[in-house]
Amino acid sequence: MMKIATAQVWVNDQDEALAFYTEKLGMEVRADVTMAEMGDFRWLTVSPAGQEDIAIVLMAIPGAPVFDEDTANAIRELTAKGAAGSVFLVTDDVYGEYETLKSRGVEFVDPPEERPYGIDCGFRDPSGNHFRLTQITEL
Amino acid sequence: MYSIATTQVWVNDQDEALEFYTEKLGMRVRADITLPELGDFRWLTVSPAGQPEVTIVLMAIPGEPVIDDEAGKQLRALMAKGVVSAIFLTATDVHATYEDLKSRGVPFDAPPTEQPWGIDCAFRDPSGNNFRLAQLAEVPAGV
Amino acid sequence: MAYAPPARHLLRAKDLADARYAEPLDVDDMAAAAGLSRAHFSREFRREFGETPHVYLLTRRLERAAALLRTTDRSIADICFSVGLSSIGSFTTSFTRMFEKSPAAYRASFPPAAAKVVVPSCVVRAYGRPQHRPASSR
Repeated sequence: MMKIATAQVWVNDQDEALAFYTEKLGMEVRADVTMAEMGDFRWLTVSPAGQEDIAIVLMAIPGAPVFDEDTANAIRELTAKGAAGSVFLVTDDVYGEYETLKSRGVEFVDPPEERPYGIDCGFRDPSGNHFRLTQITEL
Repeated sequence: MYSIATTQVWVNDQDEALEFYTEKLGMRVRADITLPELGDFRWLTVSPAGQPEVTIVLMAIPGEPVIDDEAGKQLRALMAKGVVSAIFLTATDVHATYEDLKSRGVPFDAPPTEQPWGIDCAFRDPSGNNFRLAQLAEVPAGV
Repeated sequence: MAYAPPARHLLRAKDLADARYAEPLDVDDMAAAAGLSRAHFSREFRREFGETPHVYLLTRRLERAAALLRTTDRSIADICFSVGLSSIGSFTTSFTRMFEKSPAAYRASFPPAAAKVVVPSCVVRAYGRPQHRPASSR
């Protein structure tokens, strides 16, 4: 039996990302370990309180020797455009959650709007990663 | 409060991806809806059989104006290198899962290898997306 | 007797503790959220939930600290501050009382957090496989 355990988002700066995900999005740290022998590779994962079975890895965009400069820059640019991929969150109360996150300084690209599948809104993290927060309409 | 529902991978072809994720990886389709009012946008999600609450959305790479041509080219180049996304899957019995997936044609880099965190192997989907599959090392009782 | 759900004002205070324990929140803030004087609030909270708000909040913080001790390599001081506590001394005392081990001993009783790190293949290729040395060997 197989399960999804983590999904990754690329971040420019793990400390900046950590502050955003914990203080603004209110997520909890699931792991934070730096491995000196692996070039100070830092494994940093977060997930919402109460959801410990899956986590988001806040992965620093590495330079040499892991990635060459062109690859690193391409990833950084793509992420900044919000084109690296999105993470989808669901909530029972999108308007309430929207107000809470906004009050903490999260910048929304779309306020909550009715769509065929529910009411959803979108925001970006400091590196550009795109998040959708949706309240699903029961059909 | 909110929870993580879906994580995304970009795919070159949703039908090709669907076949790979369901027939080769053995995942289940959770949603497959085409929305004509959103330009025939197809929302296609899959997830492991025992994990209906979290899914992977197999997202077709859109063109302009959602993703500009230059970003689209950059994206495809990075996907070919397998560096755009990374999803980590855990298995209760990685050797059994490995044999099962391999027999269905999943291309693995190598058989499961012992690592400090567990026994681990890797594969890519037809669009180049990177996956790790591991059986986590036993944690002593009392945790 | 019919089951009566906890009064909303008490739930509000409890939710506040659950959501914001990592901040410098205290029982006065919880009482304010419930719209009651501190003494009155503490009595009602205890009657409703079986423990004082102080213990509830502290337990939440210490459990979170325990998780961080197991899953991160952050310093104990850092962990103390990140669960909303300001005194390392009293954190250590309360933690030891609850877990019957000091934070350091608790951490040492588990495999190192590094043992669970999933190192990406490209990093392994660049640096070689991680070699785990137990924390004590140096």
